[in-house]
Amino acid sequence: MKVLKKNWWLAGLILALILALLSPLASPHPDGLERVAADQGVGDQAQDAPYQVMPDYAFPGIENDALATIVAGLLGTLLLFGLGYGLAWFLRRRSSAA
Amino acid sequence: MHIPDGFISTGTAVVTYAAAAGGIGYALRRVNRELDERQVPLLGVTAAFLFAAQMMNFPVAGGTSGHLLGGALAAILLGPWAGALVLTAVVAVQALLFQDGGLLALGANVLNMALIGVLVGWLTYSSLKRLLGQRPWASLAAGFAAAWLSVVIASLAASVELAVSGTWPLGVALPAMGLVHALIGLGEGLITVGVLAFLQATRPDLLVLNRAASQAGGAG
Repeated sequence: MKVLKKNWWLAGLILALILALLSPLASPHPDGLERVAADQGVGDQAQDAPYQVMPDYAFPGIENDALATIVAGLLGTLLLFGLGYGLAWFLRRRSSAA
Repeated sequence: MHIPDGFISTGTAVVTYAAAAGGIGYALRRVNRELDERQVPLLGVTAAFLFAAQMMNFPVAGGTSGHLLGGALAAILLGPWAGALVLTAVVAVQALLFQDGGLLALGANVLNMALIGVLVGWLTYSSLKRLLGQRPWASLAAGFAAAWLSVVIASLAASVELAVSGTWPLGVALPAMGLVHALIGLGEGLITVGVLAFLQATRPDLLVLNRAASQAGGAG
């Protein structure tokens, strides 16, 4: 716990990863925009992406749906941590150089 | 409210991409001067948390779900410009890797969720904090209102873009989108307040890193 108290960002990242572990519990219902589109009768106008990496937050090739979602969620969470951190690091470097 | 491809006309795509690019460029220029050293990991944690939280659809009335957008939360934690950039990263990764939101529609989705959502959240939060002053519940009340309004306004922007694209009639879609997102916005408000209260109790120092936010409260 002492490590987490000192490295609050690690605690935050772990919290986000725990949230990603719970992602199979998400409601499967259509979201607000999908619901309104369906009510308007235009839901089927939606087109699939020209390529698929992890469509619908499912890591490809994993039979178990919940596991596929968890793996995709963990990967995305780590990637976004890296992107956010990298972005801030880059911006600060740029501003101190200027 | 990620718009898929097929809902956005080419003209609307071009205009929304241009608006999103302009907004991101402006945010990149503004953010430099405001970034505290400790905000570097906070940007990472916020991006990671918002991605994970956006996967957690919660049910609202009538077989519909919603999920956190986090525009207000990001703005409160990081300021509007860093917040907009973090949301842009989330929305872009969702479209590019998870096929959530279209590629042609990416400009519109960034515009709605990363720029409009964050700025509405920020303006609401900072004006309400100025209004409510240093009352202990001011941050939470302002955070709830900012979160709710940011979702509703972002959904109205999406309604207009789809109407301009000829996908649905504005007169029907605008109230329908506003109504369902008024409900989803309550969830957004509760989660936002929950995170703010958690941070207030555990790491209040992280809440005042964002210089602009503490100034809005009059504390300087």
